[in-house]
Amino acid sequence: MTTPQSASIAARLRAATLDALKATGIAFGLFVVMVGLRTDIGPTGALLLRTRWPDVAALCAAVFILRLVLALSVRPQQAAVTPARWAAGLSRAGLLFGPALLALALILPFIPGIGRYELDLGILVLTYVMLGWGLNIVVGLAGLLDLGYVAFYAVGAYSYALLAQYFGLSFWICLPLAGILAAFWGVLLGFPVLRLRGDYLAIVTLAFGEIIRIVLLNWVSLTGGPNGISGIPRPTFFGLPFSMGGGPGTFAGFFGLEPNPSHRVIFLYYLILALALLTNWVAMRIRRQPIGRAWEALREDEVACRALGINITNTKLTAFALGAMFAGFAGAFFATRQAFISPESFTFIESAIILAIVVLGGLGSQIGIAVAAIVMIGGFELFRDLDEYRMLVFGGAMVLIMVLRPRGLVGSRSPSVLLGARRE
Amino acid sequence: MAGPMLEIDNLSAGYGAVQALKGVSLHVEKGEIVTLIGANGAGKSTLLMSICGDPRARAGRVLLDGEDITAKPTHEIMRSGVAQAPEGRRIFPRMSVLENLIMGAQAAGQDPDAELPGVFALFPRLRERQSQRGGTLSGGEQQMLAIGRALMSRPRLLLLDEPSLGLAPLISRQIFAAIRDLNQREGLTVLLVEQNANQALRLAHRGYVLVTGRITMSGSGADLLARSEIRDAYLGGGH
Ligand SMILES: Nc1ncnc2c1ncn2[C@@H]1O[C@H](COP(=O)(O)OP(=O)(O)OP(=O)(O)O)[C@@H](O)[C@H]1O
Ligand SMILES: [Mg+2]
Repeated sequence: MTTPQSASIAARLRAATLDALKATGIAFGLFVVMVGLRTDIGPTGALLLRTRWPDVAALCAAVFILRLVLALSVRPQQAAVTPARWAAGLSRAGLLFGPALLALALILPFIPGIGRYELDLGILVLTYVMLGWGLNIVVGLAGLLDLGYVAFYAVGAYSYALLAQYFGLSFWICLPLAGILAAFWGVLLGFPVLRLRGDYLAIVTLAFGEIIRIVLLNWVSLTGGPNGISGIPRPTFFGLPFSMGGGPGTFAGFFGLEPNPSHRVIFLYYLILALALLTNWVAMRIRRQPIGRAWEALREDEVACRALGINITNTKLTAFALGAMFAGFAGAFFATRQAFISPESFTFIESAIILAIVVLGGLGSQIGIAVAAIVMIGGFELFRDLDEYRMLVFGGAMVLIMVLRPRGLVGSRSPSVLLGARRE
Repeated sequence: MAGPMLEIDNLSAGYGAVQALKGVSLHVEKGEIVTLIGANGAGKSTLLMSICGDPRARAGRVLLDGEDITAKPTHEIMRSGVAQAPEGRRIFPRMSVLENLIMGAQAAGQDPDAELPGVFALFPRLRERQSQRGGTLSGGEQQMLAIGRALMSRPRLLLLDEPSLGLAPLISRQIFAAIRDLNQREGLTVLLVEQNANQALRLAHRGYVLVTGRITMSGSGADLLARSEIRDAYLGGGH
């Protein structure tokens, strides 16, 4: 005899098994070629084909079991909704967490035990925080899925490198120019994609990112092609170079300090911190302005925006331009920090990482993006010893976060106009 | 001004190969409520949208207070005194009620603070709910919000697309009462698209019947209500 309850359990079990079998089938198809067959270089230099069927079997079994557990433990409705209590608690914690994080970032270079390596990592993380906040304007606020964001980062980096190389302009003049040029390219990309949405927009922006990289790779006479540009001038402390000589015209000499190579690193750290905070400040300010609300409205419902008479063209183009501008700033910073750039630094994987930071951070949440950047970029470093398994850990973590928190780490939106802030 | 507030002259519009409007002519006088009734797919929503230039007219003209707005960009048309509460409400679900309302004023270049009291007076419910997310409002409240949002742009001409869609009779009567109120007290001109022909014709001064992209009948509300063709086709026959 079957009760309705046991019948529904049986039905779920059947559905879960079917689902797990499907996943295993796909896994099998992939692993047969990727894991099952392997070529090694034999003693005579010829290629030897080796088969690893037991490994394939083990992997498929693992996929089956994990998928079954997942299908049985996660109900689709549950997965789609963020638990309200968690979100509320998190946003309350966020009120304290943000300032604490900022304070930590401000004093980081002076914390004992923080050396050159940690600062370099901090600079890297902050670069991604800034890129995440910049891309968030386009993806999180305006809802335009941009897979080619790294192109603007590249435009900024090459703008500074080329302007410095050909015209001898200083970093402080090139920084705004790099931003303006990147914004210009943002508008240039924006025009043809004005009518596109969702998947189509993603594909075109992806192609745009690749086009920029390929142009940089092949325009050898201007960009040096795959060899890149080296000898990019390092930044100065508003005109005072960080040189080891310690003369009166240098940073150390001017302030009467012992010349120390860490001065420049600390300066770079504060520079990127300031740039990132500028990005955050501008994005937060603009969110409360008419144009920022128009971005959010656009993300919500484009047809409604048309019916209200929002200028869709301007709204989209400003989002693209502003997002691109901050990538341009970050690119100029990257160029001056590395002193060497090549197209290799601007591949699609960079766009993907930045987008992952924005999505994991919870589309639109500034603090979430900062945390996601720390977790992801810091995590990359932490798992450096794992070598080839690093990507596996990374992928696993992404899947886990998306299963547990499908709206990102901080997935709730706070209104830009508050009740008390406005007279009735 | 002597001429009508809105004059549509032999307007044709469509989407790709679909010709949704095939030479529609109608006019709305200042201070009038005019209703447009018709079956599903007749082209009513297309007509309202193409007054706003989206989709654009393929032939014919749209005049607002005598000014030809046929070729104006949509956002400029909406700044010159036309507002629309589109079909299906289309409020911004993740934005608060207040933010939704502000969007309506801002897009038309109006000051939200100046317009809010009027809208809250018309729909007190919106004042109570102002910090609630648009998407969590009830259907009736969402419709109030859609109309309120349109009013925030201080329009001369209000275009309403099926405001009673999916609402219980009591709520839809409230919405219709609000429309009448706006018209009588503030002299707002309204072009109202409705499936609910009975209520719409009672409310409106005049009405037009749209059948597959063409106007087939027109007359005063009472006049149309009395016609047997209208009764059979749009009022469920049995009355
Ligand atoms: N975006 C679109 N693309 C293509 N065809 C469309 C589009 N919108 C409407 N149509 C077509 O245009 C015709 C008129 O549609 P419209 O929405 O104007 O009808 P309607 O009178 O408002 O109907 P309803 O009462 O169901 O809202 C229909 O045949 C419809 O299929
Ligand atoms: Mg319609």
